[in-house]
Order: sequence, then C-alpha cells, then structure tokens
Amino acid sequence: MKIEVKNLSKKYKEKAALNNVSFTLDEPKIYGLLGRNGAGKTTFMDILSGQILPSGGEILIDGENPFDNQRLTESICLIKEGNNFKKDLKIKNVLKIYSYFYPNWDQELAEDLIQEYNLSLNAKVKTLSKGMESALGITVGLASKAPITIFDEPYIGLDAPSRKRFYEIMLEEYQTEKRTIIFSTHLIDEVSLLFEEVLILREGSLVLQEEAETLRDNAISVSGSIEKVEGFLAGKEVIERKQLAGVMTAYVYGTASDAKVHGLEVEGIPIQELMIYLTERKKGA
Amino acid sequence: MKNSLDDSKPIFLQIKEQLEDSIINETIKAEERVPSTNEFAAYYKINPATAAKGINELVAEGILFKRRGVGMFVTEDAQQILIEKRKKSFYENYMLPLKSEAEKLRISAMELIEMVEREDTSNED
Repeated sequence: MKIEVKNLSKKYKEKAALNNVSFTLDEPKIYGLLGRNGAGKTTFMDILSGQILPSGGEILIDGENPFDNQRLTESICLIKEGNNFKKDLKIKNVLKIYSYFYPNWDQELAEDLIQEYNLSLNAKVKTLSKGMESALGITVGLASKAPITIFDEPYIGLDAPSRKRFYEIMLEEYQTEKRTIIFSTHLIDEVSLLFEEVLILREGSLVLQEEAETLRDNAISVSGSIEKVEGFLAGKEVIERKQLAGVMTAYVYGTASDAKVHGLEVEGIPIQELMIYLTERKKGA
Repeated sequence: MKNSLDDSKPIFLQIKEQLEDSIINETIKAEERVPSTNEFAAYYKINPATAAKGINELVAEGILFKRRGVGMFVTEDAQQILIEKRKKSFYENYMLPLKSEAEKLRISAMELIEMVEREDTSNED
C-alpha cells in the first residue's frame, strides 16, 4: 500500500510534535523510523494508524484518509510499547478479538508464537510481566498480517534471545509475504540490517529518508591532516568535524574511493552512529 | 561464511565478496549451487532485498546463473573471471597501502623486495 505524507503537522498545545513533514513510502518494505525521544515518531504512527487527527496536512493511504476509516484500519496494525490490550482480557480472548478484526489473521502463527514465548492462553493481560505483554504484542502484530504493520518500540522488557527470535520470525514472515513494516526502536544496531529504507526524524522534522544500503555506502568518516580533510570536504554535506593532535576526522556524505584518492583514511558509519550525529546537531548549527 | 556483517559497509557488497572468496578458493565449485537470497537473509538476519542485490550483481557479471525453480549456480568460468578481476585491483588494494606504510617507516624499496622474497617460515613448525 502506498503511504503519502503531505505537510503533516501536529501541535499539542504550544508544542509542535510534527512540523510540516512530507514523504512517501511507495512499496512494501521494512522501514526503520528513527529519532530521539520526542522527535515525533509516535505521533506520526498514531496519525498513520488513524488513531488521532493531525493539526495540519494529511496522510493518504492508497489515496484515502485513515482516520475513522474501517476499510483502511483493518489493513493497519499498530503495536506500541505497552497498553496494547485491555487488562481484564485473557490472552485467548485478545487473539479472538484481533482475529475478527484483521481479515488476513493467521491463527496458526499466533498459536506458534504464544508457545514460542511461553505464554498461557488462559492468562489475563494484567497478570503478565512487561516482557510477556511485549511478547503478546509482537504475536498480535505478526499474526495480524496487516499490509501495514507498525512496531513502535514493541519489546520493552523482552530479553535478548526473545528479541532475536522476533527478528527471525518477522523476517520469515516478510519473506513469505511482503508487507509494509514500519519499525521504530532505539535498539538500532540490533535491527538495522533488517531495514531496507531508513527515515530519521528530529524535533518534528524529517532529516533523512534513504535506502539503508546507500547510507552504508555514502555516509563515511574520513581522517587525515586538517588540510587534506578540508580539501576533501569542500562542497560536500558535512555532518560533523572533530580534531585531535593535528588529525581531523569528519563525517560526511561522499564515496570511499574518492576519499582514498585524497589520501584519507576512510571508514563507514553504522546507521546507529549516523542517527546520533544527525540528531545531536545543535540548534542553529 | 563469516559470522556477522559490518553495518558500516554496504551489505550486498559483503555478501558478494564472500561468495567470490568461496568461489576463488573452491569452497564452492563450478556448477554447484550457492545459497539463495532467503537463505542468506535468514542466516545473517538481513533484508532479503539487500541479499538479492549482491546475488544479482554476480549474475550480471557472469559468475552465477539461474536454473529456474532450482536456484543459483556457479558458472564454468566464474573462478577465472574472479581471479582476473581481483588481480586488477590487487595493486590498488594491497600494494599501495603497503608502499605507503613502508614509506612512513622509511623502509627502502630494496628492503621491501627482500621481505617479499624472504621464505615464509611461519607455517613450518
């Protein structure tokens, strides 16, 4: 499904959570939505899933507005970091409710995951630990088979082996049937290899939308004498410069081969690092 | 196969280089099947589109060919093509850094040649 975000803004009282954001997600891919706390990620996902209205602009999914749109909302499943389910329900009832709501619901997958994560069908949501509740969220998100599945930091309290299993199963599901998966997390280095495209928000604005492979290719750190580095940086988009003992290191968009021609040491920047540099830039810098 | 990939370099290149190495050192021989896109994706937990890009480039370069419904296989000439290709970049990738480090350490050209010709005793215990 095609997602078009047009001049999207959301204000809470005086504070702008999203500020005139525009981009398009064309195809079913695994998208990484990154940014620091308060960057506007959750607000965006809430609007996308039709839960809240924007203050300005719009999101169109295959040309339609998702707010209060039954046909669209059954194509979208949003799993948040907590409170996804009513506390008094038993797990089996949660699964039943979601199975009615999502036309592509995969009961077999749901039951496999319940077993995988050692959950008991008769347990009530309020008796679950944080990690177990997250496991239930992941189960529902994957089993919904919704053409747009959104995970907003879905694994609070979930241990490392369980997260690893989640990535594996998500990938298996994605391989069997492509769907749009929007994944927002702070554990970037764990999942960045899964992303096909990366979006970075900072203070309510989109600062980057790019193929993950292009980032790995183009975001580089170069080091060498100040003169050489400055020579290479001329006319390029520089993310950061730092200097120690006569050696300058700069983070920049450019190609490794070009930097080598300039006699510089070149390293790639992992996506997690890039996110940090792009969102740490001080105001007015 | 390596245990993990490096997030700071394009993943498709790493997949590609690994397959190339396996073909050059005959871990995978001509006419043998190579892992599928999905197998690579599952093994490394990477996006399948990324794995596909590496494999497709090898197809375009005549290293792999597709047997419909069966999978990807190594071509007859693959090893030869790859060795030629790697030789071409050998000077740039290995000799230039070697020479620049030697220069930094004031190692003369003569000393370098001596080192190249010195018999390697590290494997003879």
